[in-house]
Amino acid sequence: MSKPKYTIAVTGLNAIDSPGPGIAVIRGLKVAESFDVRIIGLSYEAMEPGIYLHNLVDKTYQIPYPSAGQDVLFERLTYIREQEEKIDFLFPNFDAELYSFIKLHKRLEGELGIKMYLPTLEQFEARHKPNLYEFGTKYEITVPFAQMIFSANDIHAVTEKMGFPIVVKGKYYDAKIAYNNEQATQYFNKISAQWGLPILLQEFVQGTEVNVCGIGDGNGNLMGAVPMRKLYITDKGKAWAGVSLDDKELIEITRKMVANTNWRGPFEMEFVKTSEGKYYLIEINPRFPAWCYLTVGSGQNQMEAMVNIAMGKKVEPFTDYKIGTMFIRYSNDLIVDIKEFEKISTEGEL
Amino acid sequence: MEKKLYERPIIRPLNTGLMNKYGNRTEYMPVTHIEGASVKEMLKKYGSPLFVFSERQIRENIRSAKRAFETRYPKVQFAWSYKTNYLNGICSIFHQEGSWAEVVSRMEYDKALHNGVSGDKILFNGPDKTDADLREAIKNNSPIHIDHLDELYRLTEIATELNVKPRVAIRVNMDVGVYPMWDRFGFNYESGQAWDAINKIMATGKLNLIGLHTHIGTYMLSPNAYGVAGYKMADLAIGIQQKFNTTIQYIDMGGGFASKNTLKGSYLKGTDIVPEVAEYAEAICTSLLNAGFRNNDLPTLFLETGRALIDDAGFLLGTVIANKRLSDGRKATILDIGVNILFTSFWYDHKISPAQEFGSHTEDTVLYGPLCMNIDVVRENVTLPPMNAGDNIVIHHVGAYDITQSMQFISLRPAVVIVDKMANPHLLKRSETLEDMQRNELVPEHLKHNKN
Amino acid sequence: MKLRKNVAISDSGFIFNPSTGDSYSVNPVGMEMLTLLHEGTPKEKIKSQIMRDYVCDESTFEKDYYDFTLMLRNYKLLEEDE
Repeated sequence: MSKPKYTIAVTGLNAIDSPGPGIAVIRGLKVAESFDVRIIGLSYEAMEPGIYLHNLVDKTYQIPYPSAGQDVLFERLTYIREQEEKIDFLFPNFDAELYSFIKLHKRLEGELGIKMYLPTLEQFEARHKPNLYEFGTKYEITVPFAQMIFSANDIHAVTEKMGFPIVVKGKYYDAKIAYNNEQATQYFNKISAQWGLPILLQEFVQGTEVNVCGIGDGNGNLMGAVPMRKLYITDKGKAWAGVSLDDKELIEITRKMVANTNWRGPFEMEFVKTSEGKYYLIEINPRFPAWCYLTVGSGQNQMEAMVNIAMGKKVEPFTDYKIGTMFIRYSNDLIVDIKEFEKISTEGEL
Repeated sequence: MEKKLYERPIIRPLNTGLMNKYGNRTEYMPVTHIEGASVKEMLKKYGSPLFVFSERQIRENIRSAKRAFETRYPKVQFAWSYKTNYLNGICSIFHQEGSWAEVVSRMEYDKALHNGVSGDKILFNGPDKTDADLREAIKNNSPIHIDHLDELYRLTEIATELNVKPRVAIRVNMDVGVYPMWDRFGFNYESGQAWDAINKIMATGKLNLIGLHTHIGTYMLSPNAYGVAGYKMADLAIGIQQKFNTTIQYIDMGGGFASKNTLKGSYLKGTDIVPEVAEYAEAICTSLLNAGFRNNDLPTLFLETGRALIDDAGFLLGTVIANKRLSDGRKATILDIGVNILFTSFWYDHKISPAQEFGSHTEDTVLYGPLCMNIDVVRENVTLPPMNAGDNIVIHHVGAYDITQSMQFISLRPAVVIVDKMANPHLLKRSETLEDMQRNELVPEHLKHNKN
Repeated sequence: MKLRKNVAISDSGFIFNPSTGDSYSVNPVGMEMLTLLHEGTPKEKIKSQIMRDYVCDESTFEKDYYDFTLMLRNYKLLEEDE
């Protein structure tokens, strides 16, 4: 039987020093054994490297920033759909755009025939940083104790309960470790000035960071999971190198999360494993991480599996992966004709 | 050869990233008509700037809000929040649609009476009620929402003196998990102040406690907060029933539903993140229905929604006065619309559309108002097609608060019209004249001799 | 007033300054003015050509030409000896 050929649109082509996952996702799709692909790149800026990687991306269109609103985005995707014979599937890869794509889920499938495989809005909201402690309590996953505060006056009451050190976190970004109330107040002021309120005070957990890349099928089944530890980290905290781990307990925790929440779509879970061997969930990203090609390297092409699930194909869950598979990230200077930059800048497509 | 349409020459740097060509196209769709009435013709007839309301939109908003609540709860009553927009024509539409009046001052109270609302359908809220106001409200049998203990004592004294039992509710504030907590109005739930006030009312027996009122905040993006508030209000009502065997007739959940405007600093557009009225309705009605009222005791649900019912029905039309280049190279456009009539520009990034056709190129611009004051900034930064002096623009979502909070300052305030279903504009308010403005001014005799 | 000789103008409205590496986009009227400036056309000639081809009066042209060339100077696209 001949393989189907899917047209798949992918965002996050910014394979730069703090990379978006788009290129890794595309590499997984390109080596898929069950289908062929035409890749449509969706870019926000004219200098996202993926636009110029013609061996990976067949055609790129600029799309509006999420701040422009869903109607504008939908209108642009309608135009793109009209230029292409078909678009079977779309992979949003940025945190900031997920809200808009989740909201557009029904319209994209209903009106343009574009499928996606994403968490529900409830799942998306529930794992937000300020809600994560509640999320953990509800789904029986250990999350460091955290409390939202709106005023520096509340710090004392919280630290009395939690003790020191304590992590002072912004709503979206930034985290600092404070060892006394004065420091905590200082960080509160600094972070709230930049990222606004509330501020999260979180119990400090010491240990090793371990991550899991996986997919849930929306019915409580874990369809694939590869645990990884970062071996080397860039100054931006991004993985430079990592290795797949033999960690059955971590897989079980992941399975429980997916079973209890009926998680649908890809995810990256970040944990801290303490010296006593206890796992604390720090963050859930509702998308594939930039290191997701490691899943392909260790025998689970999760991107391929996800497309097949969304296409209604019968997909068996991955049960195995190659332990000890490493990835080492490298950067590369692409030579680009300025004509190409001109084209994407003035016409919005290349 | 026919001449081509001229558009001011513009050049913009490309490699600065951020905004791309496909950024905000829809925002730039020209808006040439409002509900079928021509923007240019209305400006010609009524002058620029001009407020324009859509009657169809207002009726649709109130009807769909009523539908959202009435399909979920058996007894619902809306009361139009006068302070949001108290143009008589606007209030009349809401009263035609069955809304009562919710007022927070004697001026608003008298306005509601003037608009033909019967006294027993005017909810009298707010911290500012004089003895005379209270007497008037008692005379008209209006529900008085008590804000503080001083008011409670005054009202009790007046009731004793008049030997009547006024109908009252108490305003309750509470922690619903949102910040900032509105604890300046009413009696606090968690600290027991609310129960203290209730006990005082029941102990004297001079006031007829018929309702409970709360208003948890403004531009609330979380329907859940209303759910929490609903449970706490129901808890009080059921407690009163058990303790005093008195049935609370209504629970007033106030207003605060967000409109589709975009708050400054918000990354996503208001239209994308603001919950539908149905989501607020679901949270509120579920909490009340599940609270454990015996079936006949289910209180009437009052809603004082203002902003969400009127904001998107209001437009402000204006004209470009001039373009200039600032010293740092930024483009600036001066409009005849100032912050004195667009007070909400202090917290919203309003959507702005040109009112005529244009090309596909855009530029970043600061939009200034006409006032000779540095604070007069309508938008700090907006991407618009190049516009020439004399071109027109339409500012969206200005129906709430812009009229009631407008200031007479430096220039005269514009006219307000409403477009009916047949696309005909009607005046709701004439533009101000110097005579209007000076009507109450006096010049003492000894100041009348001018040397010039 | 003259545009730097090495500034590249492409039909799509894409402008590239090879001396600085900056690139810009212009709209059609801007494109026409730039091309004329690039050819060394004097201002009076540019004016008559724009007013011949577009619905544009003299004062509008004067105002916009002044502003446009101010931006060109700002972006260092004009010859220094101006």
